[in-house]
Amino acid sequence: MRIYCAVLLLLWSQQAICAEVAERTLSNGLKVVVKEDHRAPVVVQQIWYKAGSMDERTGKTGVAHVLEHLMFKGTHSIPAGEFSRRIAAAGGRENAFTSNDYTAYFQQLHKSKLPLAMKLESDRMHNLNLSAIEFSKEIKVVMEERRMRTDDEPHALLQEKMMAAIYQEHPYQHPVIGWMSDLEAMSVNDAKDWYQQWYAPNNATLVIAGDVQAKQVFALAERYYGGIPRQAQPARRQFTEPAQVGIKRMVVKAPAELPLLVMSYHAPNLADPKGDWQPYALEMLAGVLGGNESAWLNKHLVREQQIASSVGVGYDSSSRGPGLFTLEATPTAGKSVDEMEAALRAEIARLVKDGISEAELKRVKAQVMAGEVYKLDSVFYQAMQIGQMESIGLGYKAIPLLLEKLQGVTAEQVRQVAQTYLQDDNLTVAVLDPQPLSGKPKHKIEGAAHVH
Amino acid sequence: MYINKILGIAVLCTLAGSAFATPQIQHWQSESGARVLFVEDHDIPMLDVAVSVPAGSSYDQAAKSGVAGMTHALLDQGAQGWSEDDISRGMADIGAQLGGSFDQDRASVTLRTLSHATERDQALQIMAQVLQHPVFPDSVLARERTRLLSALKEAETKPEAIASKAFQKAVFGNHPYALPVSGDISGVERITAADLKEFYRTHYNAKRAVVAIMGDVTRAQAEAIAQQLTAQLPAGTAAAQLSVVEMQIPQSEQRIFHPASQSHILIGTPGMSRSDPDYFPLYVGNYILGGGGFVSRLMNEVREKRGLAYSVYSYFMPMKQPGAFQIGLQTKKEQADGALALVRKTVADFVAHGPTEKELTAAKQNIIGGFPLRIDSNRKILDYLSIIGFYELPLTYLDDFSSRVEKVTVAQVRSAYARHIHPEKMATVIVGAPETGSAK
Repeated sequence: MRIYCAVLLLLWSQQAICAEVAERTLSNGLKVVVKEDHRAPVVVQQIWYKAGSMDERTGKTGVAHVLEHLMFKGTHSIPAGEFSRRIAAAGGRENAFTSNDYTAYFQQLHKSKLPLAMKLESDRMHNLNLSAIEFSKEIKVVMEERRMRTDDEPHALLQEKMMAAIYQEHPYQHPVIGWMSDLEAMSVNDAKDWYQQWYAPNNATLVIAGDVQAKQVFALAERYYGGIPRQAQPARRQFTEPAQVGIKRMVVKAPAELPLLVMSYHAPNLADPKGDWQPYALEMLAGVLGGNESAWLNKHLVREQQIASSVGVGYDSSSRGPGLFTLEATPTAGKSVDEMEAALRAEIARLVKDGISEAELKRVKAQVMAGEVYKLDSVFYQAMQIGQMESIGLGYKAIPLLLEKLQGVTAEQVRQVAQTYLQDDNLTVAVLDPQPLSGKPKHKIEGAAHVH
Repeated sequence: MYINKILGIAVLCTLAGSAFATPQIQHWQSESGARVLFVEDHDIPMLDVAVSVPAGSSYDQAAKSGVAGMTHALLDQGAQGWSEDDISRGMADIGAQLGGSFDQDRASVTLRTLSHATERDQALQIMAQVLQHPVFPDSVLARERTRLLSALKEAETKPEAIASKAFQKAVFGNHPYALPVSGDISGVERITAADLKEFYRTHYNAKRAVVAIMGDVTRAQAEAIAQQLTAQLPAGTAAAQLSVVEMQIPQSEQRIFHPASQSHILIGTPGMSRSDPDYFPLYVGNYILGGGGFVSRLMNEVREKRGLAYSVYSYFMPMKQPGAFQIGLQTKKEQADGALALVRKTVADFVAHGPTEKELTAAKQNIIGGFPLRIDSNRKILDYLSIIGFYELPLTYLDDFSSRVEKVTVAQVRSAYARHIHPEKMATVIVGAPETGSAK
């Protein structure tokens, strides 16, 4: 059993609830991780499969997510819809999510209902009944989901098209929801192939968090999951993304009022939590630029220069595939996207030249450490973090190390990563060009009324 | 099926006899006049605080819709002795989170901070200043007005926002619940700093404030905090009385053009208030109709059986006055009329016949069995404290919740729906409507 405490908690050691995390790997390869938290009589079960949209191939995009939907459509012993009915009758909440990197399923219930959740979840790990009839209905639901989330959402549409432009080779180029034509061409056999390939105990992590005893959880896991046979896993193709050799620019037209400017730079992700330093510095850079209302971009561009009506910064060091450092901004009415881009570039140039202050860095570190305490208020989130870290290959044991390394980042390191990665050759710029709803050309006059 | 039944009985037995430990709510009136609800909990070294006042968008004048929201939004954008940057930096320096929420009834300011004295004191000092001495600087107002106008114009291009605005209007007519929560363009264009100061003076006062405190402080500390946050609120005037919501609305259907690939459909009517005697029958009934995730009737008919939509739901928005009962879905334009007919039939059928005994039992199993999930974090408990205080619900609301649900009968659900929901007299809004009235 491994025990870790967030560094900051040691300061309040008299009342710290040290996060006890226990793990065991069953003989079939299923890794079980238990996070005890006895504040409320509830438990969350999450099962994480190391298969996401990045494992899909050309022509089959969206299948990881389609299978996620089909996992609710019954097994050889549990009819379609029955999984949800039983969880609901036990007072539970449930859902699932698919990302580029993984697919996960969860239930939250009273702690006494964990055996039921395990029984149902383990059953669908190896007994799924994939019927053509259920597939034919569910694929329509997924198409509606795509229309709702992407086709009719200008910002999501821009993001989807931008990813396709940013990545030339890496499968991050295709969307999790899948291209519409792939969904139209998909058959139940594609879902079957996917299920058979990836849904196996040795390709999964089971995370249980809440008011439970680790020992009892291991016994339950053995009972419900232990009998599922291990399955040979195909070697995973390691995709790399060739170096970008010049700026890329694109425009997406969609019905909207406001333009949007997005600038994404290729950036490294965390590969060696102990040896790496750049991903930590990039996290801090994101915090300094956009981590709070007084951070650089909001302070300078929204509040002082009033050239942007909103700004955002994104970077995630923890992923299976390559990382991106993203800036986005909506120009204020009357300002153009070109002016907006120039203003963002000026901020970067200033940062690279002058660096950041110790006070700014300290502020971001304080937020990180406070966040570690606030995290304790959500058992679900703590389980999420464990599952995510396991699924991307870094392992949950790296979590305290991550915190330690973040605290060790220097102002000079933040300046250096900005200088190294926020470079034009590394950059894709996308602009949302707002179109009137009527489809007629947009009035040039600012503030002209639109026809609905 | 067999197993399901056994499980069902087991659940009911467990729940009928047991009471899950609900948080011990302490309640008092602060010297300032504010009502305080407090739960002491030292498990995590942090503190959550929320201060709520009846100053939501329903207190706006129709001609200046947006004053209430702008007043709330500008509270932390400058206070006596603190510039907006001092405020955001002061909070960020200690990892504290200053936030808020705003709806038709209520304006709230929330704080999450570490409970260690250094952080806690600084965070509370800033929060106290923001709540009690905001300055509404002209320059900030000018900037925020421009930003809000942009956002409102953007919203007018979004099918879900267009639908929601038309829906509120169709359901609430001239009642202030029809006013857009963040204001409308013509109102926001006219907002002055004087309007904000006046609104603040009128509506932000201690006697109407509710302070919710959850976490790692003692009772004595909580008393001091409540006083610190409210003692210097303006004296205020008598509470404005909201006009009464007209419960009977005419049948209406608006079809609004939009180039989106899906139609966004909203159907509804005024529903119920927080104090409605039918609260529990309506709430439990709605779980069966369209509130119960994957297992509701609407979900089953529209999504599970026919694959017509990703999301379909119904809910009641219980407010001071009856808030909306709303049904919503999005579906491909070409099949919108068919889906709409199916939803209407499902609702009419539910109102006419009520749920089955089996459905009611399943609903109770979920709502009662899932009760511990409603109070499993400080954040959730804080929200309940605010709701209980603001809507003057009994302090035993959480203790009584399960037994109130348990007592609901099929007959009560049926009669409550017959009283409140008239399927032939509902408002329908379809944004991105099919070009002709007939489905392909």
